Amino acid sequence: MNDIIIMVLCTVAALVILIAAIGIVRMPDFYLRLSVTIKAATLGTGLLLMAAAVFFGDISVNTKAIAIVFFLLLTTPVAGHMISRAAHFIGVKQWKGSVLDELKGKYDKTTHGLESGDNPRRNGPGSENAQEQTF
Amino acid sequence: MSLNDYLFYVVMPMLCLSVILVAYRFFKGPSIADRVIALDLLISIGIGVITVYSIFTSQATFLDDAMILALIAFLGTVAFSYYLEKKEEK
Repeated sequence: MNDIIIMVLCTVAALVILIAAIGIVRMPDFYLRLSVTIKAATLGTGLLLMAAAVFFGDISVNTKAIAIVFFLLLTTPVAGHMISRAAHFIGVKQWKGSVLDELKGKYDKTTHGLESGDNPRRNGPGSENAQEQTF
Repeated sequence: MSLNDYLFYVVMPMLCLSVILVAYRFFKGPSIADRVIALDLLISIGIGVITVYSIFTSQATFLDDAMILALIAFLGTVAFSYYLEKKEEK
């Protein structure tokens, strides 16, 4: 019974990782590649670690596997956000079929701050004491 | 078919095929950001391979290396993006 659970978990995980690998080759654009790989790789690695936790059945190994999964779930979205932000700064082109770029012109090139549409520093009075918003 | 045979003949080839595909993107990638996420995905697949190998040999000690690799993947991606932004600044 344990073996069947481990086999199912490993097969699903390997399929998800394979789909992520095919997606990073076939997708036409950096942003689409990022959206495929980050989620799929996190799910695949987490399922493989769950399979290891089922296989060993020891509380120390289970704690280790859950710690690795928690760390991956915590850090992978942060890394994906930071690399996509840097890619938008250095001007990685979008695919020609993409219809919308909502961040176009919103980033300040010198201070690296994000300006929203209703920034009082540009639109209204009282512009002297407006706070510079970084991020 | 025992568990070891299944892991060796079904799961491991799929992971190896994924590594080959991602390595193709890593060498070809048009921009440097593509290479960075390909490296991130390579390290994630490496964590998976280490986990399968630790089931294969019944040695739970290999999971420590998986933890170190997860840390290195996160720090590497964050450092690459930080210095890419710094390079754009001047």
